[in-house]
Amino acid sequence: MAQLSVPVVADTPDTLPGRRRGRSAAETARKRLTSPWASLAAVVLAVLWTLPTFGLFVTSFRPEADIKNSGWWTVFTDPTFTLDNYRTVLGSTGQDNLAPYFINSIAITLPAVIAPILIAALAAYAFAWMRFPGKNTLFVAVFALQVVPLQVTLLPLLELWVDLGINRTFWPIWLAHTMFALPLAVFLLHNFMREIPGELIEAARVDGAGHVTVFFRLMLPMLKPALAAFGIYQFLWVWNDLLVGLTFGGQPNVNPLTVALFNLTGTRGTAWHLLSAGAFVSIIVPVVVFVALQRYFVRGLLAGSVKG
Amino acid sequence: MTSIRRHRRSAVIAGGLGVALALAACSSGGDSGGEESSSGSTTTDCADFESYGDLTGKTVTVYSGIVAPEDQPYVESYQPFEDCTGATVEYTSDKNFEQQILVQAQAGSAPDIAIVPQPGLLQQLVATGKAVAAPDEVAANVDEFWGEDWKAYGTVDGTFYAAPSGASVKSLVWYNPQIFEANGWEVPTTLDELADLTATIAESGQKPWCAGIASGEATGWPITDWMEDMVLRVSDGGPDVYDQWVNHEIAFNSEVPTAALDAVGDYLKNPDYVNAGFGDVNSIATTTFQDAGLGIPQGTCFLHRMASFYASNFPTDGSVTVAEDGNAYAFYLPGETADDKPVLGAGEFNLAFSDRPEVQAFQTYLSTDLWANTKAKASSEITSGGWISANKGLDEANLVNPIDKLSVEILQDPNTVFRFDGSDQMPAAVGSNAFWKQATNWITGQSTADTLDKIEAAWPAS
Repeated sequence: MAQLSVPVVADTPDTLPGRRRGRSAAETARKRLTSPWASLAAVVLAVLWTLPTFGLFVTSFRPEADIKNSGWWTVFTDPTFTLDNYRTVLGSTGQDNLAPYFINSIAITLPAVIAPILIAALAAYAFAWMRFPGKNTLFVAVFALQVVPLQVTLLPLLELWVDLGINRTFWPIWLAHTMFALPLAVFLLHNFMREIPGELIEAARVDGAGHVTVFFRLMLPMLKPALAAFGIYQFLWVWNDLLVGLTFGGQPNVNPLTVALFNLTGTRGTAWHLLSAGAFVSIIVPVVVFVALQRYFVRGLLAGSVKG
Repeated sequence: MTSIRRHRRSAVIAGGLGVALALAACSSGGDSGGEESSSGSTTTDCADFESYGDLTGKTVTVYSGIVAPEDQPYVESYQPFEDCTGATVEYTSDKNFEQQILVQAQAGSAPDIAIVPQPGLLQQLVATGKAVAAPDEVAANVDEFWGEDWKAYGTVDGTFYAAPSGASVKSLVWYNPQIFEANGWEVPTTLDELADLTATIAESGQKPWCAGIASGEATGWPITDWMEDMVLRVSDGGPDVYDQWVNHEIAFNSEVPTAALDAVGDYLKNPDYVNAGFGDVNSIATTTFQDAGLGIPQGTCFLHRMASFYASNFPTDGSVTVAEDGNAYAFYLPGETADDKPVLGAGEFNLAFSDRPEVQAFQTYLSTDLWANTKAKASSEITSGGWISANKGLDEANLVNPIDKLSVEILQDPNTVFRFDGSDQMPAAVGSNAFWKQATNWITGQSTADTLDKIEAAWPAS
């Protein structure tokens, strides 16, 4: 409970010492890491970390019989490569073709990432800088909702979707992901917003800005790293989600890529040689997003969550 | 620096794959167009469908755990029904069917028809109160084409719910006919001959059997099949004792099951007999069931007990010929004598969750010999077989795969006594939990008595 109350009670967050501490810690870390031994350790770690992915990558280009009979490292002595696996997962007809599911995944992910960020940013602003009765209680309630696991609510939610008549469309998936992202998003963004000096907002107020202007002209630009960090989180979560897609989707025109990947091995798991190629198709987008936004990722992590 | 370089490289890889993806996505459009036009040209005699009436504009949804590529023959086999009645059949499937169907049924979003692969699951679904009994036409068809034993598996508490759909034969031993011929080995016709053959191969310095039971959370199931087969075959066993055992009328650790598991152990726990191509007895637990029999065509393994569907597991690059004179085929796991023909198998059932006229009409179509043959033809064309039904009206001429022909011969043999996979009928706490786990412990060293005692203890009290 002590942890819970910190963000609520702290009215004037003393951000400067925190930042200075963070920077000096980074400097010491950099100094320590520039030693050749540390570099070597980092390289070894990087290689070990990448090795399984590399093996998967090599496997995805091997013929079916080779995949089933020998390990991927045998390519160094006996190199045989084929594009057949990729041809099957991208060019065949029926369920094995991942292309339509790729589109489904994008159609699911975009709204399920943008909606919670938008709602959470507005809610976080209200919790951080507006005064209304029951604010603290409400904030604790929202924060406490994080403990509700998604799995517990599957059946009640499904009943609700059936009653509403929106089952087996994109709506249940969007709504479920948005709902379950909100507690953490509100909490993270709230902490981030509290760190912005109150003087800044007061100055804007004096200049005649209302809440709307403050939010759009002042908060949103400063929140960019936090929004990006949470965006990546939420993106990876939604993109990799199987359970929600499987339970609330269950239709070829709604199923995300993960469901297709899950089914790719065939009814009795006999076509598992396709998995490596399928995995790489599904990795592409997260890798691109992560590489594009990674600098925000680290910055946002330090700024938002460390405090709580 | 290293981390930056690594990220650049992955960006290049990602970019390259992105291009490949875009190219392949373009080519797939053309393929699917061709597929549609070919299925539309199917000509059908609509006379058989007149009794179903005009169902134009009606939709029937089908949900199953059968995914690509085996799903296409199903879709194809529904085509004549759609063409002649005007109804639309929507087929969806995913591998998580067994969990999903229960959730969907409870939430009230069940499909019109579910293809249920286990009698135990069928009972659970009926217990949700959402399933509806089969119409009289379906019951009449099942009486005509299947017979008592199959009908009983689709019946819950005296009410007949679901007609059988596909079937598979599990009492098969895979072998390599070319190697058998070269060594002068004969296909055994009794259990004793099988033991002799095993000893002969072992004497030549090679391990005869290969086995693998790893299968994710279901690890252990191939041993349960072995044991079921042996309960049907050991001296005091047989189909009646099997039924008692499955229904827990005799204890799991009583005499016959103990003898049966010991009989399995004579093969699978004998270090001279296993595990060909993989290692010692313990390697059975870590070898996936998919991999276990791949040594048959390569000649690294000589005997592999696995169901008929294992045929689809061999690589399709032409190196494996599944045929009576090829390098992979199967023989019937013999009974105690040549006249005893107990057959362990499995199958699916069509359970309906709606009694709308179009659903009942479709259910009836699925229980006819017409559908069985249409489906067999479609499977032969699209997936080169791999599908059979126990429907007596199924014409062997519609099967192309030698294993399918063998399976249908076994199923239609008048001496055959069919029994459904026991672990699929037992309560979930045993059939898909304790039995699998204890079987895995058994293969890695636990004694037969310990194993059976623990499974017996896991049987739900009520």
